[in-house]
Amino acid sequence: MQIPVTIFSLGDSAATIELGQQIDPVANDRALAIQQWLFKHPFDGMLEAVLAYSSLTIYYDPYIVKRNYQPDTPVCRWVEDRLRKACNAAQAEAPKGALHRIPVYYGGDDLHDMANTKSLGLDEIIAIHSNRRYRVYMIGFLPGFAYLGKVDTRIATPRKLKPVTVAAGSVAIAGEQTGIYPLESPGGWNVVGMTPVTLFNGKAREPVFMKPGDEVEFYAISKEEFQSAQN
Amino acid sequence: MSILVLKPGLLDTIQDGGRFGYSNWGINPGGVMDRYAARVANMLVGNSAEEALLEIHFPGPQLLFEQTALITICGSDFTPMLDDKPLPLWQPIVVRRNTALHFDALRNGGRCYLAIHGGIDVEKWLGSYSTNLKAEAGGFNGRRLEKLDRLFQGECRFYFPAWLPNEKDKIALNWRADTTKVYEHPHEIYITEGREWHLLKESAKEDLLNCNFIIHPSSDRMGYQLKGEKLQLQAAVEQVSSGVNFGTIQLLPGGQLVILMADHQTTGGYPRIGHVISAHLPKLAQLRPSDCVQFCRTTVAAAEELLFAQQRELTILQRACNDRLKQLSCSV
Repeated sequence: MQIPVTIFSLGDSAATIELGQQIDPVANDRALAIQQWLFKHPFDGMLEAVLAYSSLTIYYDPYIVKRNYQPDTPVCRWVEDRLRKACNAAQAEAPKGALHRIPVYYGGDDLHDMANTKSLGLDEIIAIHSNRRYRVYMIGFLPGFAYLGKVDTRIATPRKLKPVTVAAGSVAIAGEQTGIYPLESPGGWNVVGMTPVTLFNGKAREPVFMKPGDEVEFYAISKEEFQSAQN
Repeated sequence: MSILVLKPGLLDTIQDGGRFGYSNWGINPGGVMDRYAARVANMLVGNSAEEALLEIHFPGPQLLFEQTALITICGSDFTPMLDDKPLPLWQPIVVRRNTALHFDALRNGGRCYLAIHGGIDVEKWLGSYSTNLKAEAGGFNGRRLEKLDRLFQGECRFYFPAWLPNEKDKIALNWRADTTKVYEHPHEIYITEGREWHLLKESAKEDLLNCNFIIHPSSDRMGYQLKGEKLQLQAAVEQVSSGVNFGTIQLLPGGQLVILMADHQTTGGYPRIGHVISAHLPKLAQLRPSDCVQFCRTTVAAAEELLFAQQRELTILQRACNDRLKQLSCSV
């Protein structure tokens, strides 16, 4: 099945390939496959290709494109053509990503509120959240922040109106998305638990280990296990 | 040999042209706010255009040069003083060992760049010298400069004490960059249409292009919040997060605008009304809270031409600076 593609300029130094406006594994996988093709076949002046839920944004230096390819058209048109070629040449699907199993101590600040609003027991929320394999749709917002989805609609919870300070390692829910805060940050997601796993390590050669297309499973651990894993 | 921070300024960080290739990990490019001023600064002191330099906000720092060095200050005018004598902007200057630099008063602009011949000797993080304050990495230990930090200078190609007459503490070399064209009409900011431009109400499009918008005091390296007419969409849009750019103008749910700047997040989910053209980002980077912005619409093709014209001038400037430095080094 071919997903209709829209390509548009994101200013004079980037262009976005849009594959709809939904959180959908098929569109995300297609964007990932186009990204992988572009990484294998970059053009001079291409700076990066950023994957999101259902889009891929390519950043470039227009001056280098102009100098190296001397297109007759404006550079933005040349880039658009190039990206259209990438869409046609890319595989339909990206290769399967890695599976990460993430331990969570389900004792988050917002767990009780969620249980009340949803009329669910704490153990039910924990069971629902940990009983599913999530896709890493994209990394964004903070270094190493993975957007995972989708959560069971029974525990989908809208973002808080006012952001609060969220600790590093917090596992949280916003709408049908779930994610893990790699750093302490203001945030509006509903915190259900904490993981002792380090998601961002600036000193490592690869500071972030999760990649779009990977899969994540959460499993519950006790407070004691969480604390001893932290030390 | 080194520069010693006697007193830190409001926000002094080491930056370069940016860290590209890691947005996929949520690590934004960052880098200097005013790419033009930073490039000119590096060129004036004989560096490559993307060398590490210091981005300074007002109030500025007090710095002690512990070694005779070739420096320049480009961008905003914070009245730089070397031991109480004024220094020119946009001009290379040899400063003597044990002289101190401070900034007296804010005359105009948002930030200035101190470049030093040889660059600043810090380690690259993920291919760039830029300071990422959120990740606490890059630049000087991933943070802003603090009292008694010492910046070490990179490799020198010339012996600068020989360039300095005996009795003088400084000498401004007799060439300067003419940048008036880049910064003229400072409030007039050209934009191209964003993906959701056509979803604005007709009256909102008119307001965007005809009204002034004021830069809010909460604006910073991440983004400029604008105060002005509330703009409305024809209908609410459901949008999932996707990539955003330096200069992207987003419409917030309350009808106000925010322009994403150098430290913007990698992705965003608000309607993209427009994008400030690259050639006008330097002007925008030099505006301050309570300054006004007037938007004018243009095309991406026209924006490219303006950028290429700037780039051609920079190429000429770089060649001229290198030639003059070489000539001078032969004549002393």
